[in-house]
Amino acid sequence: MSVDTQTVKRVAHLARIKVSEDDATRMTGELNAILGFVEQLDEVDIDGVEPLTSVVEQTMKKRADGVTDGNKADDIVRNAPASEDNFFMVPKVVE
Amino acid sequence: MTDLTKLTIAEARDGLKNKDYTSLELTDAFIGNIEAANASLNAYVTVTADKARDMAKASDAKLAKGDGGALEGIPLGIKDLFATRDVHTQACSHILDGFKPQYESTVTSNLWADGAVMLGKLNMDEFAMGSSNETSYYGPVINPWRKQGSNQDLVPGGSSGGSATAVAARMCMGATATDTGGSIRQPAAFTGTVGIKPTYGRCSRWGVVAFASSLDQAGPIAHTVRDSAILLKSMASVDPKDTTSVDIEVPDYEAAIGKSVKGLKIGIPAEYRMDGMPGEIEDLWQKGIQWLKDAGAEIVDIAMPHTKYALPAYYIVAPAEASSNLARYDGVRYGLRVPGNDIAEMYENTRAAGFGEEVKRRVLIGTYVLSAGYYDAYYLKAQKVRTLIKRDFDLAWQNGVDAILTPATPSAAFGVADQELHSDPVKMYLNDIFTVTVNMAGLPGISVPAGLDKTGLPLGLQLIGKPFDESTLFQIGQVIEDAAGSFEPQKWWS
Repeated sequence: MSVDTQTVKRVAHLARIKVSEDDATRMTGELNAILGFVEQLDEVDIDGVEPLTSVVEQTMKKRADGVTDGNKADDIVRNAPASEDNFFMVPKVVE
Repeated sequence: MTDLTKLTIAEARDGLKNKDYTSLELTDAFIGNIEAANASLNAYVTVTADKARDMAKASDAKLAKGDGGALEGIPLGIKDLFATRDVHTQACSHILDGFKPQYESTVTSNLWADGAVMLGKLNMDEFAMGSSNETSYYGPVINPWRKQGSNQDLVPGGSSGGSATAVAARMCMGATATDTGGSIRQPAAFTGTVGIKPTYGRCSRWGVVAFASSLDQAGPIAHTVRDSAILLKSMASVDPKDTTSVDIEVPDYEAAIGKSVKGLKIGIPAEYRMDGMPGEIEDLWQKGIQWLKDAGAEIVDIAMPHTKYALPAYYIVAPAEASSNLARYDGVRYGLRVPGNDIAEMYENTRAAGFGEEVKRRVLIGTYVLSAGYYDAYYLKAQKVRTLIKRDFDLAWQNGVDAILTPATPSAAFGVADQELHSDPVKMYLNDIFTVTVNMAGLPGISVPAGLDKTGLPLGLQLIGKPFDESTLFQIGQVIEDAAGSFEPQKWWS
């Protein structure tokens, strides 16, 4: 499988990365090189093989449903590019 | 007075205890080396000299009373991927511009609890994506090693290139690093240092900036096998904050060092003999086999038929996981924000300006292979292949193999800005061909310096172990270190 420049632009939009026409053209070649490389996997017989979900056999750990942390609003917004009264500020979303 | 920066951690531990010198003297010696070397080598992205001296003084107070932890007063460098409270933590990406976490990663918390001293944060490939430390927003790290008679700058490998260079150039006693596809073992091999990636689940991932969550593991880079055992003992823990942290007590790894390897079964997989592999790598491998034979180990040929599929499967799994992990960088909660006309444009502008080329490439690959209609053809297939890769290893263990010996890398360090490697991303990816299998199967792997190539550059051998059997890797690694000796670059930087 290979991608065309139109697909690269669509995927870049899905990934929320702005790409210029030149970027998209260059990336098309790079992505196709990688997709060509991974095509080797088609040689492998995977009939009846279960996908690996965990490298270590361990039952999922569960914790008690209790509040163990919190009241750190100042800490949480400290690194925000824009905040006010411990809210994250973003451009207007709803008119 | 002896040069304190030439000591191993094991030696310094004893010297500090005997009060031959103080942690402050030791720390100052390393700060001196950093100040002298960093302009040439670019290993540190931030140096926390004041904090280091404060920590060293606190350690000295404890040592004076005969107290102190396992790493009391030992100065370390920390990869920029680990969250360190109030200190630069950017995964060497522009998108985390100015980020100073208000929390500490579990691994670094463990180190400070044991008395270690932080010298600063180490350069790395952006978000740990790279094999040459050239994708860092802060510029490439330079390998302290050069070819004989050459002044060409070489890469230290990646992604933990800053960690490897800082150790090799004596800018810290040991360093934290992380390994998703070879990022500890390949730079260790390129710089003549020891690096171990422990079993997945051995070190907590809490507070480590996520790249590919099912593959990422933290581990140390150090001068000797013993030093790496000392560091791993402190870094590893069972952590309730990481659900993939495994409930197995951390053993005393150092106790394994010096134990005979007589009777241990070492597997040699023919599939690691790749087309076009330099003869020197094959010779090094044969030398390693002979050393272990001489030490009484039993050498057996094993089959790992799915080896060649590990790297292509990795280049589906890792970008897929990265694309979802890196979705959090949106210019809202931390780091860089580039304004736009609306919120969607702000996201797109921020991520376009904040991510470097390699990161964008991998996020796009990951987004593509996970997008509607392609999931089964790519991600699901790669995870099935991963099961087969793991099965190859499981069969070896079932047949009584104790560890597997392979080369660590298919070549020695290469030049900075190598044209051939930069024109084709896949060529760069091939650096991880011997290390990536280990991440795919979640196993521990150690790279131990084993010799120099004909141009005088270091080469490493890799030992792969059973899950949570790091001790055996230290045990066998010491035999290789004893046979091969240690390697020190010629000091050309000031």
